[in-house]
Amino acid sequence: MNMAELSLLQQSVVLLAALVLFLSFVLLAQARLVSAIHAFAWQGALIAAVTAVVALIQGAHHLYVSALLTLVLKALLIPWMLHRLVRRLALERHRETIARPALVASGAVALVIFSWWLVLPIIADKLGFTRNIIAVSLAVVLIGLLMMVSRAQAVAQVLGFMSMENGLFLAAVSATGGMPLVVELGVAFDVLVAMVLFGVFFLQISDSIDSLDVDRLNRLREADAAADPGVGGVADPDDGGATETGARDPNRTLGADVTVPASRSAGEARP
Amino acid sequence: MSALTWLLLTPLAGALVLLLLPPLHAWSRHLVGWLSLAISALTLLAAIWLVAGVAATGDLSTIALGLPWRVDALNVSLILLTAFIGATTAIFARPYMLHACAEGRIGPIRLRTFHSLYQVFMLTMLVALTTDNLGVLWVAVEGATLATVLLVSLYRTPEAIEAAWKYFILCGVGIALALFGAVLTYFAAQHVLADPESGLTWSLLHAAAGDLEPAVMRLAFVFLLVGYGTKVGLVPMHQWLPDAHSEGPTPMSAVLSGLLLNIALYALVRLKMLVDGSLAATAAPHLAGQLMMGFGLVSFLVAALFLHRQRDIKRLFSYSSIEHMGLMTFAFGLGGALATFGALLHMLVHSLTKSAIFITVGHATQIAGTQRIDQIRGLIRTQPAVGWGLLLGVTAIAGFPPFGIFTSEFLLLNATMQTAPWLSLALLVGLAIAFAGLFRHLQPMVYGTPPTGQAPVTANMLPVAVHLGLVIWLGLAMPALLAGWLEGAVLMVTGTALP
Repeated sequence: MNMAELSLLQQSVVLLAALVLFLSFVLLAQARLVSAIHAFAWQGALIAAVTAVVALIQGAHHLYVSALLTLVLKALLIPWMLHRLVRRLALERHRETIARPALVASGAVALVIFSWWLVLPIIADKLGFTRNIIAVSLAVVLIGLLMMVSRAQAVAQVLGFMSMENGLFLAAVSATGGMPLVVELGVAFDVLVAMVLFGVFFLQISDSIDSLDVDRLNRLREADAAADPGVGGVADPDDGGATETGARDPNRTLGADVTVPASRSAGEARP
Repeated sequence: MSALTWLLLTPLAGALVLLLLPPLHAWSRHLVGWLSLAISALTLLAAIWLVAGVAATGDLSTIALGLPWRVDALNVSLILLTAFIGATTAIFARPYMLHACAEGRIGPIRLRTFHSLYQVFMLTMLVALTTDNLGVLWVAVEGATLATVLLVSLYRTPEAIEAAWKYFILCGVGIALALFGAVLTYFAAQHVLADPESGLTWSLLHAAAGDLEPAVMRLAFVFLLVGYGTKVGLVPMHQWLPDAHSEGPTPMSAVLSGLLLNIALYALVRLKMLVDGSLAATAAPHLAGQLMMGFGLVSFLVAALFLHRQRDIKRLFSYSSIEHMGLMTFAFGLGGALATFGALLHMLVHSLTKSAIFITVGHATQIAGTQRIDQIRGLIRTQPAVGWGLLLGVTAIAGFPPFGIFTSEFLLLNATMQTAPWLSLALLVGLAIAFAGLFRHLQPMVYGTPPTGQAPVTANMLPVAVHLGLVIWLGLAMPALLAGWLEGAVLMVTGTALP
């Protein structure tokens, strides 16, 4: 792709897309939740700007609606909801220790290269401009995924998820001139409902484990690892041992009042 | 108003009405269950009306709400199945959830939430089935996740919340990748269709599939397979499935296994048809099928092995669902008329059987007061209907004649022997492992000596009997109407008629 061959507006789309990718890196490395939310809001605003510029290039009026939608949803509403939740859970000053930051950052770089390689087959000359955008948006999606994997904090995971959605919006807008409006409304609605549900879950999780560190959600695993009442507590010295495992399973009854005597376990009840 | 409008409006209106009921009176606790049942019955009537119309006049392709809808041979039987299982599960859900409410596991507000979200879930399933727009399909499948995620955490135990979080994150990520695939498909359609705005309409894409750029479609399918495959429960994206099934309320497990997995697979089949059309002229025309065969076979074998290690009865049967979904994905990937016919039949009979099993399991756990397999004993002696229901259900799911699953698995094996003989060995071994895994757990549960004090519960076994009866019927003599639909679907999917 030769930058000089593109019109000024096309160049600005590429520039904005590059900034979106840059913000993905910022998001990935940001340990303070509140700053991460701000970075996410800026990313949303940039996506809205891309949408508006594309609308200008193509003269497509429905894209202005879509730009407005993105701005309200991604740059204002969702960051505001996250901000409120963070305040409510008293996490404003929360600083997460990111495990192996250098490794994660180089992983993200590798993902960018990988995305470029993946879209290489889409060669046709006239698509040269869009190919770059698809690569950028794929990289944003994959870095969002990386963020969800590398962070243990629930809010950070949700930010990763939402920035994946940002990458999808970017792909839809810049590569294809926007999905049909009905579909875009549907997607936006789903994202909004997902955000509300995430909020509900933050509260439920923090009630349940007194923290939003989802690595501590480790009660459910494959049968043999955790279930055996006697053995499990001894076999798992690394996660708080007997109390944790013991509390979970041995007589997990359905009714509050129906308690199964502990003696009636495996061996005896067998005919 | 047309039958289709009724089919979609009934659950939508139902969900809203249920949400607005005042939950705190004693009478309204009973009312929500009955109301939900009535709505599901009306939905079933609308589905029958729609299906009868399609049977009389042929494929339906229409525009409503500015969106294209389509009912053809491929989805007509699934629409009927979805509405039917929705109604029978509602019969089961009413007393089951009332029981949970009486036990104090949920309050009246969550009882109402359950029934309302159940209807939302049914709505998303029916929209996903009838829509002709890949974007709307995506929105509906994501909507199904959102509707069920609160149901998984309904009991608010730490395990339930963990299961719901896992479900939410995994399926959210999966479905986001699927959206990327849909965007790529739309991108490919931009240069092909006359009106780029309709670039997500499946039937137009299918008609022009040969012109879609293969490089883009290949990339798109990988994302779509991973995305919708997460929902199908393909290994290694299956992690959410056993947790969500075991921690959520049992009626939801029944519809998750019976309907949601099917519909994700249905979406994959539709998308595979597009990719196959696009890749037909390239060096690797069966790439999509081969990917599905690989994922399907691995899921099938891994799940069959995991059946042996389960200690929780609902986890046991959720692994059985992964196993069967793997088998169907494999068969659709194999392609060919016989394999596709077998896979379509397997979708129907597996849904009927698995939802019947989950309904029975719901009663069994109420009898034993626990979900732990080693504490569920002597069901036949305590309550013969439940014990026999479980025994027959598992016999059916393990693939014994005369049940329909035997027929479909036999067809699948037959087709595998014709196309890929070596793989039939893997299938046979997998089926044997799965059979052993199910029966080693089942035998003591139904026959063993019941612990003292174990008493029968009120159980309505009508849905189970009807489901299993239908499975036997489909195994022995398929009605001509259904056979016609399935043959039409085979012709659509593979382009060749049954021999």
